[in-house]
Amino acid sequence: MWHTLPRRHSILPFSRRSRPWEQSKSVSVVNLKLRMKEIANWALNVATMRGASYADARIVSQRSRALTTKNGKVGSASDAESTGMSVRVLADGAWGFAASENLSRAGVEATAARAVEIARASAQVKQQDVRLAPEKPVTAEWVTPHVIDPFAISVEQNIALLLNIDSELRAVAGITLAETNLNFNREEQWFISSEGSDIHQTKYSAGAGYTAYAFAGNEIQKRSYPNSYGGQWQNKGYELIEELKLRQNARRIAEEAVALHHAEQCPEGTFDIILDSSQLGLQIHESIGHPIELDRVLGMEANFAGTSFLTLDKLRTLRYGSEMVNVVADARQEHGPGLGTFGFDDEGVPAQCTPIITDGLFTGYLSSRETAHTIGESRSGGTLRAEGWNRLPMIRMTNISLLPGEKPLSLEELIASTDHGILMQTNRSWSIDDKRYNFQFGCEIGWEIKHGKRMRMVKNPSYSGITTEFWNALDTICSRDEWTLWGTPNCGKGQPQQVMGTGHGAAPSLFRKIKVGSAYKGS
Amino acid sequence: MLTRDQAGDIFNRIRNFSTADEIEVLISGGRFALTRFANNTIHQNVEEENHIVSVRTVFGGRTARAFTNKFDDESLRRVVASSENLAKVQHPDPDLLPMPDSREAAGSADDKVFAMQFPSRHFAETASLTPQLRADGVKKIVDAAKKHKLTTAGIFSSSESVEGIFNSRGLSNWHMQTLAEVSITMLANDSSGWQKANSPDVANLDPLGLAEIAAKKAIDSARPAEIPAGKCTVILEPAAVLDIVGFMFWDYSGMAILDQRSFLTGRIGSKLFGKNITIWDDVTHPLQTGSPFDGEGMQRRRVPLVENGIVQRVVYARATAERMKRSEQKDKAGPIAPTGHGFALPNEMGEMPLNIVFATPQDPQTLAQMIASTERGVLVTRLWYIREVDPFEKIVTGMTRDGTFLIENGRVQRGVRNFRFNQSLIHMLSSVNAMSVPVRSCGEESLDMVVPAMKIRDFNFTEVTKF
Repeated sequence: MWHTLPRRHSILPFSRRSRPWEQSKSVSVVNLKLRMKEIANWALNVATMRGASYADARIVSQRSRALTTKNGKVGSASDAESTGMSVRVLADGAWGFAASENLSRAGVEATAARAVEIARASAQVKQQDVRLAPEKPVTAEWVTPHVIDPFAISVEQNIALLLNIDSELRAVAGITLAETNLNFNREEQWFISSEGSDIHQTKYSAGAGYTAYAFAGNEIQKRSYPNSYGGQWQNKGYELIEELKLRQNARRIAEEAVALHHAEQCPEGTFDIILDSSQLGLQIHESIGHPIELDRVLGMEANFAGTSFLTLDKLRTLRYGSEMVNVVADARQEHGPGLGTFGFDDEGVPAQCTPIITDGLFTGYLSSRETAHTIGESRSGGTLRAEGWNRLPMIRMTNISLLPGEKPLSLEELIASTDHGILMQTNRSWSIDDKRYNFQFGCEIGWEIKHGKRMRMVKNPSYSGITTEFWNALDTICSRDEWTLWGTPNCGKGQPQQVMGTGHGAAPSLFRKIKVGSAYKGS
Repeated sequence: MLTRDQAGDIFNRIRNFSTADEIEVLISGGRFALTRFANNTIHQNVEEENHIVSVRTVFGGRTARAFTNKFDDESLRRVVASSENLAKVQHPDPDLLPMPDSREAAGSADDKVFAMQFPSRHFAETASLTPQLRADGVKKIVDAAKKHKLTTAGIFSSSESVEGIFNSRGLSNWHMQTLAEVSITMLANDSSGWQKANSPDVANLDPLGLAEIAAKKAIDSARPAEIPAGKCTVILEPAAVLDIVGFMFWDYSGMAILDQRSFLTGRIGSKLFGKNITIWDDVTHPLQTGSPFDGEGMQRRRVPLVENGIVQRVVYARATAERMKRSEQKDKAGPIAPTGHGFALPNEMGEMPLNIVFATPQDPQTLAQMIASTERGVLVTRLWYIREVDPFEKIVTGMTRDGTFLIENGRVQRGVRNFRFNQSLIHMLSSVNAMSVPVRSCGEESLDMVVPAMKIRDFNFTEVTKF
C-alpha cells in the first residue's frame, strides 16, 4: 500500500490531472477517435523510422474531483484535469519511454524520437534482449459499467452529504475530529501499438469514507467507515455512494471511537482471530498480492519495493495456505467492479482470471508480455498498468481475491462457533518486510469472543506472523453473502513511484493460533 | 521548461478570464528523467515533461482550486470556470484570510536579508544530464557489481523543476531547482547492501563510491545469523534515522494541535527528548533543498522545533496562526505566528516542516567510534515499511533491511537476519548515547533531511524475519 509522502518540496499538496478536449464538445466521438489515432500514429511512425522494433503510444485524459470536510467545514474542494501522451519503444533490444503534455505534431514526434534515443542508451547496459510474449492485436472499446456519472451530481449535493455525516459524527460527545471524503475519477485512454492494436477504454471510479477521532488523556482513538484511509472505492459511478449507507452508520462509528477510551488493552499472546473482510482484504494485498508480482520475483523491484519469497521454484510446489485457500487474480468485469477491473491492460492484453492459490497450492504469478516466458507461459497474464499518461506501465495487482466459503456462513454464525478468540475490524497500521514474509497489522477495534459470544471491546488490537504460516492457519471463511470486493486506492510501487488502485475480495475468516499484541510489547 | 515570464503571462491571462474577488495561480513542473536498473541491466528508462497550473478563486470568503496541464486560452478559461463554480457553492469560511501581498509574504527586514542569501539550487550540469550520461553512470555501478560477483539494482535520476506563485494582490514568487539522485542495492545469494544519495548538483554524487559501500555491505552480511529479538543497543546510520524520525514531523503543525491529532498536544514547552536533541526547520541550510516560499507565497522562516530536548514550537500557516490565537489551546501552543510552512489552500492539513536539520552535537562521533564503544549491539543500514502504531506515544513499527549487522566487543562481527521493531519515537530520542555530524540523507519513507547517525540504547526489536 501507498507510502504516504507529500510531494517532495512542492507547494502543491496533491497531484492533479486534466482533460482538455472537453472544450470541443461538438467534436463527435468518431472524429475524436480518429484524431487520437492520428496523434498516436505520428509517434509510432517516428519511432519505427528511427529503428524501434516495437512501439506503443498511450494518450490519456484524466479528470478527478476531490471533496473533503473537517469538523463542520469543507476541508478541500478541487477539480483536476490532465492530458498527455507517452511512447514506449523497444530499440536495440532495450526499453525506452518518453512522455509529454505536448500533443502538437512536433511535440509528439520529438517525444517519440526521445523514446528511441533513451532505448539506445538502455541497450548499452543489458545482459540480453527483451522478449515479448505474442499477443493478437485487437480493436476494441471498453467502458466501466456505471449507472450514474459521478460528475453529473452537483457539488452542492456532495458537500451536503459530507456535512450531514460530519454533523452525525460530532453529535457524539467526545469526538474531537471528524473527517469525510468523496472522490470521483474518470480516465479515458487510447492505446495504439505498432502491432496493430487500437483500444479505447474509459474507466470510472468512486470512493467515499469518513473517520471520527476521539482525543482524551494520553490517547487518540479513531473509527472509520466503511474502511480506513479513504473508505471504500470501486470502479462504479455515483451509485456506489448510494450503496454504502454512509449516514446510517455515522453515529455508531463515532460512539465506538469514544468507547475505545474505556476499553481494555487487547491482550497479548496466541489467539484464534477473526478478521473482518476489509482487514482481510489488506492482508491479501500485502501477503499475497505483492509477493506474486513477477517483476518483484525476478528482482526488478529490488532497490525499492523489494523482492519476494516466492522464487520460481515455488510455483506449483509451495503449500501457500490451508486447503480452503483459493485466491484468484481476476481483472474481468464478471468478478465485480474492483479497482483492478478493466477491459485491457496497458499493453493491450485482455483482462483475465489467473488462479493464484488453488486449494492451498501456489499456482500462479502476475505476469506481463516481457516476463511471461520466465514461468513457461506463452502469453501475458494481462496485469501491466500505469498510473497515468506520464508513467511506464508495470505489473500491478488486478483484483486479488480470496474466494468465499461454499457453505452458507455469516459472521455472526462464525462468532457463535468460536470458543475463544478476538474479532478485529478495520485496519489502523500495516507493515511487512521486503520479501513479504514477516507482517504486522493493527486494527481500529477488537472484540473478545468467549463461548461463541461477542464479549468486551478491546482497544489497540494487533497481530503478526509469517505469511505462509498465517495462511496455513486459515480455518473457516464466511460465505458469499459476507464477501466484499474492497478497493485499495493507494498502492505504491516503482521508481518513480506510481500509485494504483487494486481490488481485494474477502469474507470474514477465522485463523487459528495467531500471535497477538506484539505492537505494544515493550514499547 | 516554463520560464518565469511565460508563467507571468499565463497568470495575466487567467486573471483576465476570472470574475473572482481574488485569484491565485500556482505553477509547477519541469523535466524528470530516471534510468532504472536491475539484474545488472537497464530495464526501465523514462523521461517526462509536464507543467501544471492550478487556480484558486475567492468569492466572499468561499474558495476552491482547479488544475490543468494545458495552457491554451480555452483550457485556461475552463480551469478558471471550474475553480469558480466550485468556490461559489461553498459555505463562507470565516477563517479564510485575504491573500497575502508581497510585503506580507516577504516578512520582516530580516526575512528579506534571508531571502537574498538563499542559495542557488539550479545547476546546469544536472539539468543537461542525458540518457547516455546516466547510462555511463549505471555501467560503472554494474561493473562494480560484476567485479564483486554481485547483482545490482537501482536508479540514476535527474530533474529540472520550477515552482511559482502569483496572486491578484501583486505577489509573485519563482523558484528553479535541479536534483540528481542515485540509489544502489547490491544483492548476493542471501544478503544485500544499499546506499542512496541526492543533490541539486550532480557533481556532488559519486555513483562508484556508493556502489562500493553497498557491495561491501552485501558481502559482509552474507550468511546472516538469527539472533533473538529484544531490547538492545542499536547504531542507526543516517538514512535509518531519517526514515524513522520523519514520522513525527507531520505533528509539528499548528493545525495538528488544533485538531488534537498531534502527539505534541499539551506537550509544547515540555522536555520530551534527551537534552542532546536540537532540531530546526531550515530551508536555507546549504545541505537542504526546496523552494523558499510556501503554498501561499509566504517566506519560509528558520524555526527552532526542539532545543536541548524541549519542544519549542510548531510551524504555522497564516490562517492556522489566526485560529490558534483565538483557541482554548493558545496558552499551550508555544509562539504563534505564520512561519511560511502552509500547504496550498484549500486543504485540511494546514502545514508541516519540510526542511528538517538536526543540530551538530557537542561531541560528535564517527560511525567507527560508535561501533568501537559498543560491547554488544546491532548496526542498521536502512529501515523499511515504517507505519504508525500509536499516534500519541508515537510508536512506529517497521523492518530493518539491506545490511543489518551484529556488533560485539567493539567490532562488526557478521550479518544478522532482519528485525521488526515497535519503537516509541519519544523513548528513542530520549535514549541517544551518541551522534555523528549530521549529513544530508535520503531514504524512501520520509523527506530528505540533514541528520546524524545515532547510537541508541534499548531499541525495541520485537520479531525476527526469515532472511
